[in-house]
Parts: sequence; structure tokens; C-alpha cells
Amino acid sequence: MIAELGHFATILALVLALLGATVPHVGIARGDSRLMAVADNAAIGQFLMAIIAFGALMYSYIISDFSVYAVAANSHSAKPMLYKIAGVWGNHEGSLLLWILMLTLFAAALSLKGRKLPQRFRTRVIAVQSALVVGFLLFILFTSNPFVRLDPAPFEGNGLNPLLQDPGLAFHPPMLYLGYVGLSVAFSFAVAALIEGEVTPLWARWVRPWTLVAWMFLTAGIILGSWWAYYELGWGGWWFWDPAENASFMPWLVATALLHSAIVVEKRDALKSWTILLSIVAFSFSLLGTFLVRSGVITSVHAFANDPARGVFILGFLVVVIGGALTLYAWRAPKLTPGGLFGLVSRESALVLNNILLSTFAGVVLVGTLYPLVLEATGSGQISVGAPFFDFGAIVLMSPLIVALGFGPLLAWKRGRLPRAATTLLPALVVALVVGLFTYWQTAGGVVMTAFGLLLATWLLASVAMEIAERTQLFKNPAGFLRRLRHLPRASWGMSLAHSGVAVLLFGITISEAWTEEKLVIMQRGDTAEVGDYSVRFDGVAPVTGPNYTAIQGHFYASPKSGGADIMLEPQDRLYTDPVMNTTEAAIHSMLSGDLYAVIGEAAGGGRWSVRLYFKPFVVGLWLGAAMMVLGGLLSLSDRRLRVGAPKAKKLSAEA
Amino acid sequence: MAGLKTRKRQRLVVMIVAVAVLALAAFLIVFAGRQTGSFNLFLQPSEVFQQKVAVGQRFRLGGLVETGSVARKDDGLTYEFRVTDCAADLPVSYTGIMPSLFREGQGVVSEGALNADGVFVADTVLAKHDENYAAPGTLPKNEEACGHPEALTAGQDGR
Repeated sequence: MIAELGHFATILALVLALLGATVPHVGIARGDSRLMAVADNAAIGQFLMAIIAFGALMYSYIISDFSVYAVAANSHSAKPMLYKIAGVWGNHEGSLLLWILMLTLFAAALSLKGRKLPQRFRTRVIAVQSALVVGFLLFILFTSNPFVRLDPAPFEGNGLNPLLQDPGLAFHPPMLYLGYVGLSVAFSFAVAALIEGEVTPLWARWVRPWTLVAWMFLTAGIILGSWWAYYELGWGGWWFWDPAENASFMPWLVATALLHSAIVVEKRDALKSWTILLSIVAFSFSLLGTFLVRSGVITSVHAFANDPARGVFILGFLVVVIGGALTLYAWRAPKLTPGGLFGLVSRESALVLNNILLSTFAGVVLVGTLYPLVLEATGSGQISVGAPFFDFGAIVLMSPLIVALGFGPLLAWKRGRLPRAATTLLPALVVALVVGLFTYWQTAGGVVMTAFGLLLATWLLASVAMEIAERTQLFKNPAGFLRRLRHLPRASWGMSLAHSGVAVLLFGITISEAWTEEKLVIMQRGDTAEVGDYSVRFDGVAPVTGPNYTAIQGHFYASPKSGGADIMLEPQDRLYTDPVMNTTEAAIHSMLSGDLYAVIGEAAGGGRWSVRLYFKPFVVGLWLGAAMMVLGGLLSLSDRRLRVGAPKAKKLSAEA
Repeated sequence: MAGLKTRKRQRLVVMIVAVAVLALAAFLIVFAGRQTGSFNLFLQPSEVFQQKVAVGQRFRLGGLVETGSVARKDDGLTYEFRVTDCAADLPVSYTGIMPSLFREGQGVVSEGALNADGVFVADTVLAKHDENYAAPGTLPKNEEACGHPEALTAGQDGR
């Protein structure tokens, strides 16, 4: 009954979305504001229906209603409640419903929060958003209905893949989806602007915060996934250039570019056409990513053939959305009035460089991700594109970005002066060179990349500091420094924090990659092994039981050589019952200096166990850096300009 | 008129930079492609024999772990097993901790190179996570040859 209610709500949402996607355009054409108002009502209606549908599915999971196919295939009655709920989006059908929930959430938010936008424009945006909802609802209803019943109902479900039964992964998909779907707002704004034929600074003022929100969620989602891989897969790695990871990284790169180019539109009324294109591309990457991962194309091209209807629909939808938007762009973009001019050395130019590098990198990742698929699909054999390819791309394309990142904020709009910025940054350059050369000398010239990475990270961190110093006139007029520091706009703090986050992240990557110590040993009770500055003693194993698994738990005591309290590490080797599957639970002790990481392998007979121990210095930098980037976004979002800027918009809309 | 000229020039400069970066990216793709470990062939045992892969050339090997073939050396850390696609099989040796999903009769992807004795020495063994519990690329391409029930069910959607 509840499942049918959900099904019914899904169909109702489709009807509302169809209305919301068409009627408002007629209203605009006829100048009929009652028809235009359909957009708002339909958006809120869709959202309510999506809540009911999602709630119904979640309810079916919570009460373990195995007569619902999706529940029987992905849940189990003995699963902890958190994972029953997380199981809702742990599979194809449910995750699509979550997509729709988010998509309608953003549409409803637009209609509630966007009252200050000119009505005509807002109506267009919401109508475009509704059209996206239509596409997804059709996909769900015709090829991946989560409410399909199973008759007869089984007594027990298949369970959720135990690897996914983890708090990190329970929140990873919703975060990522909020990011993916958040980019749909920028997309709808772009399409609406193309239909209306004008892009104003006001447009950018609206697009920026939405993109920023999407970008923050995307960043958080990606880093959660990375963190999960780090502690759950038990290899001590945190990024594998796996197609599924790339699928989320590409939209992130483009969203980052969009975030920066929208600033140029807002402040200088330039780069309009390019920003529109980026909005379209960013969302296209989100769609591509979701579908690549969710359709199973990435697992194997053969899986695609399992359900030809799905594959065809996906391709069709991608063609309509991406192709349609790009055609509209090709047709309408030349009509946009070209914006302000800027000199070769200017803030605008720096942001253009940022955009070129980020988009090219996204393109490189796209090639690396799709190349094996294309080869396989055309029958020219299977290959895999390994990490060295992507690493190389990252180094070549991101290093100039970081160098330029130091200069960018110091250049003036329209016409900047490079020598002046260089003078300001001289101390940063000196510090960076000292750190780089010292590292090079310390490691006896062994690891050039490590020295280079540290040099870049130091440069970035120091130049952010110099930028703040310059802005507050720390050296010219130290007396008013604190007052000026307090009065810096939050957006500027947000930028500095996010940019230092990149530096901290880079420190984390470089240091942990360079100085990780790994030990693979066979140990029996009482044995000790040395890793990092710790001596790790093995104190045997003991069986433990969890709600739906049994495990062997190893006991290790790590004592710091420099003295201090022992650290207890208890890695597990878990055996889940439904489905039957082993997982490794690494034991990780995080410190600022580094992580102690222990994994217990198989028994080797005679009370001996294979054990893998790592000491990974400053891995914390990764999570810290990412957190700083997200917080930077949040800070920037809370800027006075965005909060108070709205009434200005009202005035403009009155004029229009 | 002057404004138009500068606008054109501005566009030209942006274009030149964009083309330069794209050329760099294209160069990168070709250059990195030649580096070892960037583009690895993904082969199943029969293909390894057909293509006469050279000793020392890195590639990815996909297939099923042959039932009853897994052995552990005395050091407790080195595993030896055979990977099969039901038409041919290849001995594999790996030192380390096996991923917890590693099982006889199930799919596995390993990365490494053949040594002079024709043994595939793997430095990475993946039994990847995926909601359908099948490692990608491990499903034998010649399915008829496999009588193993796992081989036929693995990777399917179950629908």
C-alpha cells in the first residue's frame, strides 16, 4: 500500500513537472502572469510529491517490506537502521529517486527564495528545472521503478554490500548528489538566460551562490568518498583515479572553473558567453558522471547490454539535454552583448587562465576515463588507463595553476601590474624556494617531485598570507592592521581560506606520498615490528561479533620511540553473513604528524598472522585541506554582499 | 572602431593561450601514453597466449581464480594461484595481503608482468567493490567454455 502510494506520488510529480515545464513558457509568450505562476506552484507540488515518494521508499526499507523488489534486492532485516536507510540510495533505483528529490528541492528553493528575481526570468529558470525533472521521472517510471512489487515476497532480502555498510559511505552519495544536482541550477539559469537572450551581472550574482553551494557539497562528497576508500579498502590509498572517482572529479573541476568565471561576469560584465557554456558543461559532466556510474557502463560495457532499454534511454536523455543546451548555446550565444575589455595582465586574465587550465584538466580526465570504454565498445581490445597518466596530467596542468593562484588575487581588475604583484610576492617566493631547495638537499636530490610539491604548497600558503598583508597594509601602516583585518569582507576571508585549503591539501598529498612507511610482516603474539617512529607489538587476536557480522580482531600496541603512552590498534577482518562477504576494517590512529594504520590479513598457521602496517605522515592534511575549502565556500556564502545584495536586485527587477 | 580591434585582440590572446594549453594536453596524452603503467592492456589468459606478451611488459590480467589452485608459500605472505578464462590459465604469484574479497572461483584483476618462467608476478590484486559483487573485466569472454556457475552469474544484474 505504502509502495503504491510512492508510485502514485511519482506519477503525480511527473504530471506536475510536465505542466511546470510547458505552461509557464506559454504564459510568458502571452504575458499571462497566472499561467506564469504555474511554474512556482508546480515546483512546490513536485517537491512535495518527491518527498512522499522518497518517504514511501524509505518506509519500505525501514520496515523491511521485501515484497518491494528494490528492498528485497538491497536490504536485510538484520541490518542496522542507519544502513537500512542508507540502503535506500545504495542502488540504482533508489539513488535516482534521491536525484529527483534533490532536483525538485532546488526547484522549490528557487521558487521560494528567488522571489526577488524578475518574475519572467525566474519562471523560465523553474520551467527549465521542471523539464529536467520530467526527464528523470520518465527514466525512473519506465526503466528503473523502485516501487515494483515482488510476488511472492521472499522471507529475507539479499542485503547491502557490506563494504557500503559504513558511516562514511552512508553520507557520501547524498552529499555528492546535492553537488551534482546543485549544478542543475546553474544549468537552468544558463538555459533561461539563453532563451531570454541576456546575461547581466545580476545573473551572475544569482548563479554564483548556487554554484558555490553545489561546489561545497561536491567537495565534501568527493572527500568523504576518498576518506572511505582510505580506511575501508585497507590499502592505505585515498585516490585511485577509478572511473567512478573521475566521474565526480570532472564536474568538480568544471564547477571550480565556473565559480571563478562567474566572478568576472558579476564584477566586470565580461566572459558571459564562456560562463554560460561552463554552466552547461558542468551539469553535463554531472549527468554523464551519474549515468556512467549508475548505468554500469563503467563496470563493463557488457553490463550495458543487460538492460538495453536503460542504456538507450540514458543515451537519449544525455543527447537531448546536452545536445539541446549546446544547440541553444550555438544559436543564441552570439546574440549576447560582449562585455568589458581587460588587459593581458589583469585579474580577469588570471581567472581566464584558471578556467583554461581547469577545463583542460577536466578534458584530460574525460579522455582517460572514456578511452578504455570507447576502445572496448569498438572491439579494439581492453586497456586500462593507469594512475601515472592522471598524475602526470595533474602535475603538468595544476602546477601552473598554483603558481598563477599566487598572483591572481593581487592583480587589479581590468589592468594589473605584474611587477607590483611580484614585489609583494617576493617573500613568498623566497620562502618557497628555501623550502623546496632544503627538501631537495635533505633527500639528497632523490625525489624531485616531493621538493617541487612542497615548493608549490609553500608558495601558495605564503602568497595567501602576503595577499592578506597587502590588503590590510600590514607593512605600510601597521597601526591599523588589526582593524583592517577585522573589516576584510567575508568573501575575501572565504577566498583566502579556500586557497590555503588547496595548499594544505597539497602538503598532505606530497608529504604522505613521499614519506609513507609500509611494513608487510608475519607476526605472532609478542612479536614487534618497527614502522615510522613506533614499535608495534602484536598481542594476539580475539573473535568479536557485530549485529550482522563476526570478526577476528587483532590487538596491537604501538609505543612511540620518543616515549609516551601506547596507542592501541584493533584492526578487524569481518565476515558478513548476508550476503556472505569478507571486509577488512583497518585500524587507524590519526595524529597531526601522521596516521598509524594497521590491517590484519589471513592466519598463516601456527598462530602467525600476516599484518600490514603503515605510517602515513600528515594524511590529515587531505581532510583538513578539503574542510578548509568547504568552510571557505561557506564563509564566502555568508558575505554581506550576498545577503544584502538582494534588495538591489529588486530595484533592478522593478526597472525591468 | 578601436574598441572592436582590441576586443578582437583580446579574443585572439585568449585563443592562443587556450590552444597552447590544449596542445600541451594533447602532447601529454600521447607522451604519458608511452610511459609504463599509463595505458595497460587488459587481458584474459587466452589473450596473453594469443598475443605472446613479452616478459616484463606490464598489463592487467582479468579472469577467475581457478578452484583449488590457491597456495600459500611458507613465508605466509606469498600467494600462488591460477587465473583462468576457462579456455586457458596462467600462474600468478603475489606477495602481500590479499584483498578480503579474494576467493577461489571468483573474479580477480591483477596488475604486473610475466617473468622468464611464464609466471605473472602481480604487484596489485584487486577484487573490486561494486553493488553486483563482480570485478569488472573478469567475466570470461568465452562464456560457453565455463561450466562454473559463478562464471555465469557473476556480473549480471540479477533482473
